[in-house]
Amino acid sequence: MRSSHGAPRRRRLSLTTREALWAYAFLLVPLAFFLFFRLWPAVQSLKLSFFTWHVDPEQRNFIGLQYYREMYANFAAKGDLFKALRNMLYYFLLVVFGQVSIGMISAVLLNSITWFKGLFRAIYFAPYVTPAAAVAWVWGWMYSVNFGIFNKFLSDWSDFVTNLGLPWLAIDPQPFLTSPKQALIAVAAVVIWQQLGFQVVIFLAGLQGIPRPMQEAASIDGANGWQRFWHITFPLLNPVIVFSLIISTISTLQMFDQVQNINFTDQGGPLGSTLTIALYMYEQAFQKFRIGYAAAVTVLLFAIILVITLVQLKVTQRKVEY
Amino acid sequence: MKRFLILLAVMVGVSIGAAQTTITYWQYDFATRVDAMNQLIAQFEAANPGIKVVQETFPYDGYQQQVAASLPAGQGADVAQLFYGWLPTWQRAGYVIPLPEQYFDAAELDANFAPLVQAAKVDGTWYGLPTAVRSLALFYNADMLAAAGYDAPPATWEEFVEIAQALTVKQGNRFVQVGYGFAPTGQDHHLVREVLVRQFGGAPYSDDYSTVTYADQAGIDALTFYTDWVTKYGFTVPEFVPGNNGYRDGFRQLENIAMIVDGSFAIGDVKKVGFNWGVTELPVRAENGIQSNFGSFFMNALTPNAAKDPAKLEAAAKFLQFVTSDEAMKLWLDVVGELPASRSLISDPALAADPVYGPFVRALDYAHATVFVDETGQRDTMVDAINEVVLQGTSPADALKAAAAEEQLLLDANR
Repeated sequence: MRSSHGAPRRRRLSLTTREALWAYAFLLVPLAFFLFFRLWPAVQSLKLSFFTWHVDPEQRNFIGLQYYREMYANFAAKGDLFKALRNMLYYFLLVVFGQVSIGMISAVLLNSITWFKGLFRAIYFAPYVTPAAAVAWVWGWMYSVNFGIFNKFLSDWSDFVTNLGLPWLAIDPQPFLTSPKQALIAVAAVVIWQQLGFQVVIFLAGLQGIPRPMQEAASIDGANGWQRFWHITFPLLNPVIVFSLIISTISTLQMFDQVQNINFTDQGGPLGSTLTIALYMYEQAFQKFRIGYAAAVTVLLFAIILVITLVQLKVTQRKVEY
Repeated sequence: MKRFLILLAVMVGVSIGAAQTTITYWQYDFATRVDAMNQLIAQFEAANPGIKVVQETFPYDGYQQQVAASLPAGQGADVAQLFYGWLPTWQRAGYVIPLPEQYFDAAELDANFAPLVQAAKVDGTWYGLPTAVRSLALFYNADMLAAAGYDAPPATWEEFVEIAQALTVKQGNRFVQVGYGFAPTGQDHHLVREVLVRQFGGAPYSDDYSTVTYADQAGIDALTFYTDWVTKYGFTVPEFVPGNNGYRDGFRQLENIAMIVDGSFAIGDVKKVGFNWGVTELPVRAENGIQSNFGSFFMNALTPNAAKDPAKLEAAAKFLQFVTSDEAMKLWLDVVGELPASRSLISDPALAADPVYGPFVRALDYAHATVFVDETGQRDTMVDAINEVVLQGTSPADALKAAAAEEQLLLDANR
């Protein structure tokens, strides 16, 4: 903005205001993207959930809350929606806790090594950049009852202890993915393994932010490794833990790829034991062409994620200052 | 003068371009089917210079998703291929339109197409036509059978059980080779419903397919017999070979599965294997016992996109007529290995005598095409009933009763 003598004097914006305006101008692009590609479809899907589905928009009939009542009926009758929600709870407990705790511990350990630092970090991050379909396929084979490496190990182990005269230590081959009791845990383990790299990176970044003098001072005062972790590292990592908790919760609630691919012919099976909300929604929309009902399910999923995230923020966020 | 000529050429070119109608054909990706369709398109375009056909394919598992998302946006196929079992869901949501009367004569279609193809109708209206039909048969690895001293495939289920047991190899608690490729999510849910239930003297549904009737003693016997293969006779296990098509991979590539039940669409791929194999009609309970089979087909249908303008509709209808003509069926049989859908071609005695096609052709005489309302949902109920028995130890009677109740809800909700 130039002003010269003789020209009418324009009101000058302060530097901060100008900078802010530029910032808003640049922010407009992602904002527009968010509004058109995120928020608008979300509003649309809310609208879809009140209508029967038809290719021709003219033939979509308003049915009010019927799909929501159907969801409730399915839930009450312990149908697939019930199974999906129940599984989500288990996934949430296993995957989120597993990811955050193992991720944090791995990061602390990785942070304290000096040799092959980069190599180790790359190894931990590699699964995260592997496509979910490939991961599911490889793990599907590893879990195979008759050809998998886990059962091969169990059977070798059993032979070994039997030869030692300790047959009571032998362990039978496990059904893993073919057991309604074990399948969910097996899938959860794959997801934890795959997402671990991301968590490690987040925690490593958090660890860089903890002042070294504080650790050194504690060391000089005679604090051992555990005490330093528990009284210094852990509390100061709190913001990172909150972030990691929320991110992993959301991704767990949206779990789809791994479950879909690991038991491809009976997705979400056996007997619905690995079904997730996202997969249930997908089946309704794209295998049964019930897009209105599927939209109602997404609204439910949205509500669940919103509530859980708000609760997590409320419960876990506290300021730590030393 | 030169400029004028160029201008003239451009104008002529544009007007020819404008006279051309382009239609889009969609099917799922399967090498031999895509190849056959490309050949058909070339023939069709040569005979109809004003029409261009673009074939687009998608992986089978994402195929319906592509359709579900594209058509409402006015994009994608004008002519699409679909499994006949998907027709009710597609039709309810308006993804297919009735075959236009000005191009298709319903009485003629009734007369020309195999009786099974009636399943391409909804409430008496034709919604599409198949090029080929399929039925089930028992594929076997002849080398494995011979090694165990069997020079002929099983004709009865009793023989089947005996051979399958003889061909099962275990190492400790783990199977190394199985006599049969257990595939409830493959063709076996059809095997139980339309074959075994009927062979045990029952009927899976009422004649109009509006009521589930398999939860009676015949049905319980059928499910008991089928699940006994895992729980009593122990010649097969669920998910023996992991993956999308485990039972096929085990039979064709790993050669650790001796027998599988599969459709005629598998012929093309089985022909590529490096061992001696054979295919035979599905076994029966006793000599001259009840024969039954599951017949099905993929059909070609017109989508609402085709109805957008009359020229397109005409082109799409012509193309549909062509790909379901007798000539197209012959080509499809040669390239894909699927059986022709017309009455005249399928009754060719040479085809019924063929060692590979024969078992499938003969089976069409006694095959039933389940009239589905929600193929995915109905498949899942039978798969779950089987899994309840083999994985959870539920009694076949309880599992079947639960499945029947659940499937009845699906039938009631969609009628």
